[in-house]
Amino acid sequence: MLRSRIIPCLLVHNKGLVKTVGFKDAKYVGDPINAVKIFNEKEVDELIVLDIDATVENRPPNYEMIKNLATECRMPFCYGGGITTVEQSKKIIELGAEKIAISSAAVNNPIIIKQIGEAIGVQSVVVIIDLKKRSKLLGGGYDIYTNNGKIKAKVKLNEFIDILNKIGVGEIVVNSIDNDGTMNGYDDAIISLFREKTNYPMTVLGGAGSLDDIKLLISKYKIIGAAAGSLFVFKGKYKAVLINYPNREEKSRLFS
Amino acid sequence: MIGIINYGSGNVQAIANIYNRTNFQYKIIQDPEQLKNVDKLILPGVGDFDETIKVLDSSGLRNALNEEVLVKKKPVLGICVGMQILSNDSEEGTQKGLGWINGNVKKFDILKIKDKPFIPHMGWNNVVPQIKHDLFNKIDIELGFYFVHSYFFQPLSSNNILGTTFYGEEFTSAVFNDNIFGVQFHPEKSHSNGIQLLSNFASI
Repeated sequence: MLRSRIIPCLLVHNKGLVKTVGFKDAKYVGDPINAVKIFNEKEVDELIVLDIDATVENRPPNYEMIKNLATECRMPFCYGGGITTVEQSKKIIELGAEKIAISSAAVNNPIIIKQIGEAIGVQSVVVIIDLKKRSKLLGGGYDIYTNNGKIKAKVKLNEFIDILNKIGVGEIVVNSIDNDGTMNGYDDAIISLFREKTNYPMTVLGGAGSLDDIKLLISKYKIIGAAAGSLFVFKGKYKAVLINYPNREEKSRLFS
Repeated sequence: MIGIINYGSGNVQAIANIYNRTNFQYKIIQDPEQLKNVDKLILPGVGDFDETIKVLDSSGLRNALNEEVLVKKKPVLGICVGMQILSNDSEEGTQKGLGWINGNVKKFDILKIKDKPFIPHMGWNNVVPQIKHDLFNKIDIELGFYFVHSYFFQPLSSNNILGTTFYGEEFTSAVFNDNIFGVQFHPEKSHSNGIQLLSNFASI
């Protein structure tokens, strides 16, 4: 049977791996290549690596780093950060990545999603949507943010979902800025909204604090990508840095 | 020496990365002339059916591959779309396949699939070998392989079925015919199983 994908999501900042809370307070957790080597040993289903500086610094992806990561990865590897053009996307796939992720560029210029899909295959195009809850005083709901959570996008969430449904993407990563690093569980409301309104493969990120959170997600949504940062880089109450991932028995319990 | 066919874009590098880690030598091949220097071939999976066939036709690779595979009997492994083009034709396009294994490529019937996202079939799934073959030597069935596709190859004869997988229905995920092999999944993204399978192929 097809299994839901359980996906560590690693953030790169100043060339090191970091973990944030609410997209802030980046805490250094180690070296990216080292982490990939450990995740190889642990047979992770897939890996997402996001360079959270690239767009903010208005610079292109760091190909040297991507090449080193892709060479090491024995599992599907998705890279995101600073991608704005078709050429960049092609180059990243040619370095051995399986998927490219776009966020700010996709929100600001959705046609690029289609153009990249035509060049590298739609299945390899991942759109990451960073979302923040809007105050109830302002009517509730969610706003899309770009530039690593710094800029509120003009486009409304429902409009953007309509655009994605028209354009065609390989996968949507729904990322909760509010829940990032809190380890208090996924934001179920936003996940169910996306699952209802789209048929695309979906991965969710932001808030997973235990394997139980992932089990709950899979039992409700069946086939889904369960991504997490803190859960796979920290251990214990005091958040000691320790790369970890469920072993086969633990994993099979998540699917039962 | 293994020749990995490069259609001009895509994940050739991921396969090369695996062979870099093992002791098998490989060459990335773009034009028919280079085929003479290799004794095994890999057709990677990139893009869609028609696009892939068009590259083979325009580069002169189709005729050269026919000679190497059908006459000289060099072992060949097709991966993903590289497996699908071994067939006669595909519901995805209008081009004629290589026709090395009798059969057609079909789209998943989404009415048979219970849960969203229906297609593509993406993620880790099990491959159940239907016969004992060296290509699946020491493969860890439980670990499975990484898939991403919306079409699958249905051979006309069950004699060509090497492995099957379940997604809404049982479909053929590995085929063979003498020196010709095809796998729908991505061994180059499938951890130890992928390294094992690519090594098995290199040792055939």
